[in-house]
Amino acid sequence: MVAPLVDTMRVLPALSDDALLDRLQRGAFSYFSDYGNAENGLVADTSRAASPCSIAVVGFALSCYPIGVERGWMSRRDAAALTLRTLQFFWNGKQGDQAGSTGYKGFFYHFLDMRTGSRVWQCELSLIDSTLLLAGMLTAAGYFDGSGDEGEIRDLSDAIYRRVDWRWAQNGGETVTQGWKPECGFLHYGWEGYNEAVILSVLGLGSPTHALEPATYRSWGLTYQWENLLGQDVLYSGPLFTHLFSHAWIDFRGVRDEFMREKHSDYFENSRRSIAVHREYAGRNPGGYAGYSRDFWGVTAGDGPAREGLRANGRDRRFFGYMSRGVPYGPDDGTIAPWGMLASLPFDSAAALEGTRHLLRHYPQVCTQDRFASGFNPTIPCAGGWLSEGWYGLDQGLLVMMIENYRSGLIWNITRGCPHVRSGLRHAGFEGGWL
Amino acid sequence: MVVEMPNSRESAPERSYDFAVLGAGPGGLAAVTAARRMGLRVALIERNKLGGNSFNAGTIPSKTLIRTARVYETMHEAEEFGVVHPVSPVVSFRAVMGRMRRIRARIAAYHSADRLQALGVDLIYGAARFVGRNVLAVGDERLLFRKALVATGARARRSNIPGLEAIGYQTSESVFEMTALPRRLAVVGGGPVGCELAQAFCRLGAHVTIIQDEPKFLPLEERDAAELLSRSMARDGVEIRLNTSVVGARMQGGAKILDATSDAVKSTVTADEIILSIGRVPNVEGIGLDRASIAFAPDIGITVDDYLCTTNEDVYAAGDVSAAHKFANVAEAAACLAVENALTGAMKRQSELTVPWCTYCDPEIAHIGMQVWDARERSIPIKTYTVMMQDVDRAITDGQDEGFVKLHVREGTDRILGGTIVASRASEMINEVSVAMSAGIGLRDLARVLHTYPAQSEAIRMAAAAYVEGLPAA
Repeated sequence: MVAPLVDTMRVLPALSDDALLDRLQRGAFSYFSDYGNAENGLVADTSRAASPCSIAVVGFALSCYPIGVERGWMSRRDAAALTLRTLQFFWNGKQGDQAGSTGYKGFFYHFLDMRTGSRVWQCELSLIDSTLLLAGMLTAAGYFDGSGDEGEIRDLSDAIYRRVDWRWAQNGGETVTQGWKPECGFLHYGWEGYNEAVILSVLGLGSPTHALEPATYRSWGLTYQWENLLGQDVLYSGPLFTHLFSHAWIDFRGVRDEFMREKHSDYFENSRRSIAVHREYAGRNPGGYAGYSRDFWGVTAGDGPAREGLRANGRDRRFFGYMSRGVPYGPDDGTIAPWGMLASLPFDSAAALEGTRHLLRHYPQVCTQDRFASGFNPTIPCAGGWLSEGWYGLDQGLLVMMIENYRSGLIWNITRGCPHVRSGLRHAGFEGGWL
Repeated sequence: MVVEMPNSRESAPERSYDFAVLGAGPGGLAAVTAARRMGLRVALIERNKLGGNSFNAGTIPSKTLIRTARVYETMHEAEEFGVVHPVSPVVSFRAVMGRMRRIRARIAAYHSADRLQALGVDLIYGAARFVGRNVLAVGDERLLFRKALVATGARARRSNIPGLEAIGYQTSESVFEMTALPRRLAVVGGGPVGCELAQAFCRLGAHVTIIQDEPKFLPLEERDAAELLSRSMARDGVEIRLNTSVVGARMQGGAKILDATSDAVKSTVTADEIILSIGRVPNVEGIGLDRASIAFAPDIGITVDDYLCTTNEDVYAAGDVSAAHKFANVAEAAACLAVENALTGAMKRQSELTVPWCTYCDPEIAHIGMQVWDARERSIPIKTYTVMMQDVDRAITDGQDEGFVKLHVREGTDRILGGTIVASRASEMINEVSVAMSAGIGLRDLARVLHTYPAQSEAIRMAAAAYVEGLPAA
């Protein structure tokens, strides 16, 4: 069903909060059936033609199927069957460094052919994207507690998780690497500063077979910056998504590692404050970008306009294309992620809903078929501003999960019961609260 | 006091000194000045020019070039300030280099042989080498010393890239002897000097590609600063290749070709000239360190303890020949410490120096004291107060609102442990933080210090004010 623009303009803003959330959550959820391969469970990175599968999107999809079941959008049997096919695919996929492989050392290549599941684009064996996939598998294992297919889901999920050689990914160093390629070995990049990778450490430390060394978490934490920034005391990270991804799975309320104990805070509160920084920055709007206000924020990694730079009214106007944008240090080119505000729902529901409604009223083009585009830039001098084409699976999955965590806490409750997550948190030094 | 070349002597009598200094760079010059103030008999031996690399082939020449590049850039932006000039400005590279040479000569004049003679320093030109624990030889002459300081500095690291020596390249020292602006320039190395030269030459009109084998520029700086610089250079038009290693060099069709690889992706860079800026190596060769029982490593330099004493208790070392931070201000400060420790028996530690430094790109990136990771490694609880330059009135009026001020304090106190400033004149602003740290002025007091308004340094007061605002109500 295609919702015309007029529908977005008139109908959506008029809905109650509950009805609006239900509609937008379902719209996002339907991405997985529209752009997934039901035979092997792979899901396309984007809705664009010939898009390969992103393993991270599969991780989100696996986490969203239980939500679909609970919301009555798919049957439990269908969800279990699809989940099982997905797990079987990843369990049986070729592990190696030769052409046609799906993964290596238990991890998986970032992008796979939607049909064959082979590595494409000479992409990297991605640790963070493998982590998000594994988080989805463990979520599925936590939800499907029955027999038959559901028992097999639990067994396969556990086997795939145990197969991952996290220690190898340290490459002998004090911290974990970002990835590996058959052509050149480990990537040069490391993790510096707080970001979305807390869940990577948790799953890596929780492994009963090839766990990361506990010192890796402390070594990474040495690069954290606790800043008083735009009126907030925060553990800084610029892009909004870095304050959301790990939280899609793990309820950080009241559980604290050594760093957060020292700061008398927790990562949930940190995301709330970081959202305040994003709103304050948008309100100040130092770059003079069109639209920015306390109800128009969400600078993050994602799609954006890739155009020749220009200078207008004494200001640099450069556009970065697909880029990790951040606040307040930048880069910022006036592009926001229209889904970003709503995905912040668990942390500041008032800000999330006010911002989303503002967006739907003033820029209805950002939401088609009840799904938000990946990026929007009204500063671009063209009718309606620049809008990312189609949809990105990561955005849709994150939205489904964060709306659900706000509405029922379903995913958080599942992962609270996951022994690997609990073990990983403890090895990282977390304690208190529900842990 | 005689200024002379040792080979000019008909006979070479042995001479004795209280203090002998090898190297007349910033460290050596500071050391002999301090030693002469004590009334001691002092010799300074230099094999090349007074002033060392800093004055002759490094700091001073590069800053003159950077200044011209800034002027040119400002002229391009003039219309935004309401200034319309009738014709486009044009760079005369010859005039640019001429100005650089004039300024270099003017500053060098201050560090002249005449001045040293007036101070009472015996200045000896020649290649000095240790021939015993307390004996130096310069040519045929033997100099006995009670204490000595090695301040022979460092030089640009040469290439280990296959083929590069054969096709020729400039270093961060030789580049100032170029006579024409290359149309296409490749800069290999993304440290401070590489970044400064890349941006300056780009602004002067060269098409510049900078290649850095790390994922970010300026490995010693924090990520936010390095990324801001990266965007600034990209905006200027510098082509940036991060995480890229040069694996070979060759000539093709009259152009210099660099073969590069990044995570297995191969590429080439075509240039008319190449600047190699991959660090500096200490000048430890040919000075007989082993004859004086002075330990050293060819790539790291002379081994010194926290008091700047070498493994020979009568010989000290300071500056680029032994320091990790190869800056002129560090060399001067360390040399003065060494003089005190060597000649008065003081026990002053180099680790207690609070060292500000700056990368002179636009915006400038200055740092002092601890980085956050230094503090966290030592389990020191640290908190950062940040002010964005885009919130500082004077930065806005100047059209220079890129950057930030970060002041790091020991959490729960207002004691400044360090800071980073990214701003148009960060090199000046950081000195306020340096004064505060040296004088033990905390954020509480700094917040009360009246600053001119508007001024870009107000950002420092604003950061201090944020600390005060966060205090519980009295």
